Amino acid sequence: MHIIENGNVAAALGVKLAGAQVIAAYPITPQTPLTEKLSELIEAGEMQAQYVPVESEHSALAACIAASSTGARAFTATSANGLLYMHEQIHWAAGARLPIVMCVVNRAVGAPWCIWNDQQDSISQRDTGWIQMYACDHQQIIDGVLKAFSLAEATSIPVMVCYDGFLLSHTYMPFVVPEEEKVARFLKPFKPSYALDPDNPANLNTVTLPDIRMDVTGEMAHGYMEIRYLLQEDLRGALTVAQRIEDEFKAVFGRGGDALLEPYRCDDAEYVVVGMGSLTYQLRDVVETLRGEGLKLGVLGVRLYRPFPDEALAEAVRHTRGVFVIEKAVSYGYEGALCSDVKAALYGRLADGNSGRDDSGDGSNRGRTGGAPFVRGLIAGIGGRDIRTADLTDTLRTAMKGTLPDGPRWIGLKL
Amino acid sequence: MTAKTTILTLPREEHVHPGNRACTGCGLSIAYRIGLKALGPDTILVVPPSCLTVLQGLFPVASTKLPCLNVTFASTAAAATGVMEALKAQGRDHIKVVGWAGDGGTADIGIQALSGAAERGDDFLFMCYDNEGYMNTGVQRSGTTPQGALTANTPFKGKLQQKKDVPAIMAAHGIDYVATASAAYPLDLYDKIKKALCLGGTKYIHIHTPCPPGWGFEPRYSVKLGRLAVETGYYDLYEVERGEFRLTGASEKLLEKRQLVAVAEYLKPQTRFAHLFKPPGHPEIVARLQQLADRNIRRYGLLEETEVGS
Repeated sequence: MHIIENGNVAAALGVKLAGAQVIAAYPITPQTPLTEKLSELIEAGEMQAQYVPVESEHSALAACIAASSTGARAFTATSANGLLYMHEQIHWAAGARLPIVMCVVNRAVGAPWCIWNDQQDSISQRDTGWIQMYACDHQQIIDGVLKAFSLAEATSIPVMVCYDGFLLSHTYMPFVVPEEEKVARFLKPFKPSYALDPDNPANLNTVTLPDIRMDVTGEMAHGYMEIRYLLQEDLRGALTVAQRIEDEFKAVFGRGGDALLEPYRCDDAEYVVVGMGSLTYQLRDVVETLRGEGLKLGVLGVRLYRPFPDEALAEAVRHTRGVFVIEKAVSYGYEGALCSDVKAALYGRLADGNSGRDDSGDGSNRGRTGGAPFVRGLIAGIGGRDIRTADLTDTLRTAMKGTLPDGPRWIGLKL
Repeated sequence: MTAKTTILTLPREEHVHPGNRACTGCGLSIAYRIGLKALGPDTILVVPPSCLTVLQGLFPVASTKLPCLNVTFASTAAAATGVMEALKAQGRDHIKVVGWAGDGGTADIGIQALSGAAERGDDFLFMCYDNEGYMNTGVQRSGTTPQGALTANTPFKGKLQQKKDVPAIMAAHGIDYVATASAAYPLDLYDKIKKALCLGGTKYIHIHTPCPPGWGFEPRYSVKLGRLAVETGYYDLYEVERGEFRLTGASEKLLEKRQLVAVAEYLKPQTRFAHLFKPPGHPEIVARLQQLADRNIRRYGLLEETEVGS
């Protein structure tokens, strides 16, 4: 069934279809319509779940952590400072290996207060051990929530489904609501590896020593380092699991297919622009314009940011001359975090970006042969600053002609 | 409430293994052992970092036979809510949910989540064991450290502020059951837990737990000191059931005896208060603590015809 609704409602309907059992949330713009919709569905009896109107985001994730530890499917959602207020619990949920799903409705973080969109909030949580998916439209939001529960439960790792505040959360778009019987085929009931149970008592997340230690049966139990190593290993393995789940989804629903990266006209591209979220769909218009001018540009949308699809990304840009990374977040004091990640993915996999020979004679790199593509970082849309398609087009045209100065550039900056 | 539990009717089954990591003379270990007898085996515990985390043992060893979820410092009550809601969703809500935190995890960093849960009336029992400081991290002051007490971060003057009255804060939420108890009166504690478990919504029990290393007294005097706290009126045993206040146990008996010990007798055996008595001393702080006890006594109707310190 096609409906026209906003992105927050798409997320709420996904949570309903996924059969979340415990939902705990605290209001923050622009997440509020999502959790309001869930409370409405539950109060109206259209959804069977426990809704906990907690007194803070810290408690929201605490309740989800506890509910998940008790074996229930748990969901929360937040934005910006709410996400930062959860930070301790975000680490905890991953360390405890709980398959919680959280929608992050991306918003700028204070100070100063700013309710509009960028991705600084979720990017600043990248090292917590969560899987991070980024949606580009409403279909990806609703489908993404279902895939997120499947992925979280397959890997015992929590998943953030990130989508742009206002740009997606509050805009109306047509999308297909997945059919319940298909959802039942795709997403099996949650079977936790362990749930709190008086008949089978265990002491969860207790103090764990630096070294391995013998348990009462004589078996060696993990130390903290082994537990954390396995989280890292399983996160890397989640790249494969995510694609498998994407394939399963496509087999049932007939749409989707790209769990890690979503390429657009990248096959013959000389340059590729990399981004995340709704921006990557906006960039498709830029590609069309510039291709009309004979400039061979493609867009590579990063759908899964953690674990980072480094190998797939390096492969996708292997034959290009240059990569432009446009992102709505900054690792303050350096550059955009995604830009650093892209560079790291290419380093050692492809030859050094400076090792090729540039025969253009004008320093534009257009005559580059051999070697890896160069990588340029661009920042845009911070704090909801309007990203004008014309600005993107001008910037990328200039960049492809090789006249863009080095260092991170902020598109649309008015200084 | 039916007949009071006696040492003869207390269940024999133990849920806490002996030989755990609690300090010798630990007031918490008494309260925990008796408390878990009252809770029984069909219980899930939620515990933040505290001395109790240590008592329960290091992975992969546990000293408690009940399932326990260790959670972040501020989140005990919210986590108890999460367990309770999950059990409800699963149709397992006959299982009791109990948050068990120290005074820091209750009165300070944990109070927001606790207040939120109490306002929502979430159905679980919250136990605060009050050893009056951050004992697990090396005896720093907390919101419930009494005025005058020396701690690692009030090293010379002692704490300047008075003890935060958490049971009164919890009673102000209008929940059905708030009680105070003491590790020195385990049967009173036992009966209060049993009563709390019969009531719906959020229940709160505050347990005074003497701490030999934190307060500076010999481990063999834990029970004696806990009793002195009650006998002086410094710490009163009561319950507020659906808004009705009444003294219980030893505090109730004081109503009959009408004879209270001077607060100084409770303070003197503890090295954390030694500077109050060592010349030149701080008689004004001792007087202030006596005054607080007197105020409680007046409030509870104990003072008339009662000679304090006689």
